[in-house]
Amino acid sequence: MAVFHKTKDLTSKPFHYCPGCTHGIVHRLVAEAIEEFGVSEKTIGIAPVGCSVFAYDYFNFDMAEAAHGRAPAMATGIKRVHPDCLVFCYQGDGDLASIGTAETVHAACRGENITIIFINNGIYGMTGGQMAPTTIMGQKATTCPNGRSGINGYPIKICEMLATQEGTYYAERVSTHNVKQVLNAKRAIKKALKNQIDKKGFSIVEVLTNCPTNWHMSPQDSLKYIEEKVILYYPLGIFKDKDAEVKNA
Amino acid sequence: MTKAKIDGEACKGCGLCVGACPKKIISLSKSKINRQGYFPAEITDIEACIGCALCAVMCPDVCIEVE
Repeated sequence: MAVFHKTKDLTSKPFHYCPGCTHGIVHRLVAEAIEEFGVSEKTIGIAPVGCSVFAYDYFNFDMAEAAHGRAPAMATGIKRVHPDCLVFCYQGDGDLASIGTAETVHAACRGENITIIFINNGIYGMTGGQMAPTTIMGQKATTCPNGRSGINGYPIKICEMLATQEGTYYAERVSTHNVKQVLNAKRAIKKALKNQIDKKGFSIVEVLTNCPTNWHMSPQDSLKYIEEKVILYYPLGIFKDKDAEVKNA
Repeated sequence: MTKAKIDGEACKGCGLCVGACPKKIISLSKSKINRQGYFPAEITDIEACIGCALCAVMCPDVCIEVE
């Protein structure tokens, strides 16, 4: 009996990610969730720019590559033309929280019926470890070698910000630093995709991930860093869920 | 009995499965180097494996199967 096997919705191409990068875990969770809903043939994914720029090679869905940060805008168009398709964006923090903030916020304000998987590792991984808008205070990067301080501004909390928007249906932050959190992340990703299938509206799942290479840590230490430092600034949990609001009303 | 199986050629030797294993029977190889140039993870005592698949859940490269 197979207890665990690689989902058919991931291709056989090996991930190019650095050893220990939890991008691969999130790829698997998204592919497994969509396979479990049985909508693989009707799914369109939008790949971002950043470390996960080659996501279109790894997912066995129809994939499109967006200009830097423009994935929610592209998803809006695709979803409106193909309302029966499941459309998801897979974006990193340099993509979604920096150059693509406008597209993200306005997609949420319009209440587009799309799902965004937002990978937050607090650094620009692909370009070599520069400070990102999501870099936490005190964290070192090549452009803030002494650690981020007030002169660099403060980290942006995307889930909290989008939760204030009327158009957002569901916003949750999860993590990947241990097995329990990975399983919880899968539940959140499934819920966000189910919201779209049920035509409920804009859903975003922020996943805290690591970057062992640019954080200059071993993979195990980087997971410990998420647990001990990153979560203090980015608390986990559901920030907005209109399902719960309906129940409580 | 279900057992974990690690694809040593696909493994990048990150060791996340080592930390996830409740039986502490996974370790990184000290002698074998795979084609990618990494020291792959190995199961040291396959008899002790309980097939819980926690290693597979944490593997970022999806190179562990449990069956």
